[in-house]
Amino acid sequence: MLNVNIHNLKLKNPVMTASGTFGYGEEFADFIDLNRLGGFVVKGTTGSHREGNPYPRMVETPSGMLNSVGLQNGGVEKFCSAVYHRIKHLDTNIIVNVSGSSIDEYCSVAEQIDALEHIPAIELNISCPNVKCGGMGFGTSPDMAAQVVSAVRKVYHKTLIVKLSPNVTSIAEIAKAVEGAGADSVSLINTLLGMAIDIERRRPFMANVTGGLSGPAVKPVAVRMVWQVAHAVKIPVVGLGGICTAEDAIEFMMAGATAIEVGTANFIDPAVTIKIIDGMDQWCKKHGISDINEIIGII
Amino acid sequence: MKEIHDFTILERRQLGESYFSLVLGHGGMMQHIAPGQFVELQVEGEPKVMLRRPISIHDVDEKEGTMTLLIQIVGNGTRRLAELKEGDKLNVVYPLGHGFSLDLAAGSRAVLVGGGAGTAPLLHLSKVLKAKGVDCTIILGGRTESLIPVRDAFAAYGRLCIATDDGSLGHHGLVTQHPAFGEHYDMVYTCGPTPMMKAVARSAAERGLRCEVSLENMMACGVGACLCCVTDTDQGHRCVCKDGPVFDISTLKKWYQC
Repeated sequence: MLNVNIHNLKLKNPVMTASGTFGYGEEFADFIDLNRLGGFVVKGTTGSHREGNPYPRMVETPSGMLNSVGLQNGGVEKFCSAVYHRIKHLDTNIIVNVSGSSIDEYCSVAEQIDALEHIPAIELNISCPNVKCGGMGFGTSPDMAAQVVSAVRKVYHKTLIVKLSPNVTSIAEIAKAVEGAGADSVSLINTLLGMAIDIERRRPFMANVTGGLSGPAVKPVAVRMVWQVAHAVKIPVVGLGGICTAEDAIEFMMAGATAIEVGTANFIDPAVTIKIIDGMDQWCKKHGISDINEIIGII
Repeated sequence: MKEIHDFTILERRQLGESYFSLVLGHGGMMQHIAPGQFVELQVEGEPKVMLRRPISIHDVDEKEGTMTLLIQIVGNGTRRLAELKEGDKLNVVYPLGHGFSLDLAAGSRAVLVGGGAGTAPLLHLSKVLKAKGVDCTIILGGRTESLIPVRDAFAAYGRLCIATDDGSLGHHGLVTQHPAFGEHYDMVYTCGPTPMMKAVARSAAERGLRCEVSLENMMACGVGACLCCVTDTDQGHRCVCKDGPVFDISTLKKWYQC
């Protein structure tokens, strides 16, 4: 009843987790049965080890939070040689968020992940607002976005999801550009660039000054962008941005999302994903919906 | 194993103006809690607060299945928590992080140096160390007497020493200036304001004493997933929530030397 497909990816339900909010899944294994998820997206993985940004890296804001982690990760080799072997047995879709500072780096990471049997898809992150080189720089111009996606498309043979930045004038234009370059799906939104100042100390809360806003505060913006993109492209859309409940997830699906990702809500309730899955199931039963696909993009 | 559980507030005590303690239980067995571990509390009814608040565990009664939290009122989250009454429910994720090393032989000597809210985890630690036969000296410090929220409870587990900046109680000066601090110990544990912990760590390092510090930071997930709460260690950025909050100072040279 809750089954959906993102290109070749078969999901037992539309609920996945957002990169950077769910570690490698293992961090949440005490709280939930990971196998119940439609999928989860592991943290942004780059060509080599990254220490990330200096700290403080986060600040709570009304109905949300800003973070400037800056893609701290152990690098793709460590993922392939260590992390992958700890999680590959899970009966869910494990998607690797692929990041980089150059087209070569994106391609090299994607190629190495392509070789991993139990990773059926990547989420190409052309939208990280917290790194100086690359990241969002690739996701804010249709030409650049198309260039990186078509380069990765040549070396990556499984499901290619491209994660889009909301920090643009027309997200639909970027979505069309990456669709044209061979993306199988787009996910949106990454965080909105924001800033907060500690007025007593007269300095920004975060060492990086600016950071990405996430949480319920961004949800209406995300719903609007999912709706715009879903009308602009033919490939499936993965919606995210402030989803905390089953009702939020259904709202995104009505706006045009085939699947959704839960991010910041994992910090508030580590078992929230299971509550969302169960809640969607109940919502469908209550409304006499036998197939969740019926509600996708009805708006 | 970590779990999410609704607890009931069995007892609430106000400790001066800026501290209060809560005794929590849920009528069943709790997960095993090691000294130095912490909880993340959900704060309800305060629109400005979305994220959980990390709070260290002050005391544990395994037989009764209760834990005590000692909380300092510092912002919107802790102010809202201070309004909770006995009988209210509190959603708790616990036990989080890794605690203090307990590999001390009976008869060995440990000093526990705490300041302000940082005294919180040291009570549970001193209780467990005493049960292992470790000879504990507990040095608690604060700007003034009223800012050392819990004192007497420590006396049951070791030699209790007090230092206040204004001389209102105990030794007049910093914890590191207390005569007992200069003695030899097999282990130094510390939790409190960062400048205090750095001074304790530097002194321990100079004297070649083994030393562990319990760090604090703004946190989001509490389980090592979001990488927001990192600190600089000699191995690079490490999460205070998962790799800490307790760190051996041998991995924190960069941290305590600056």
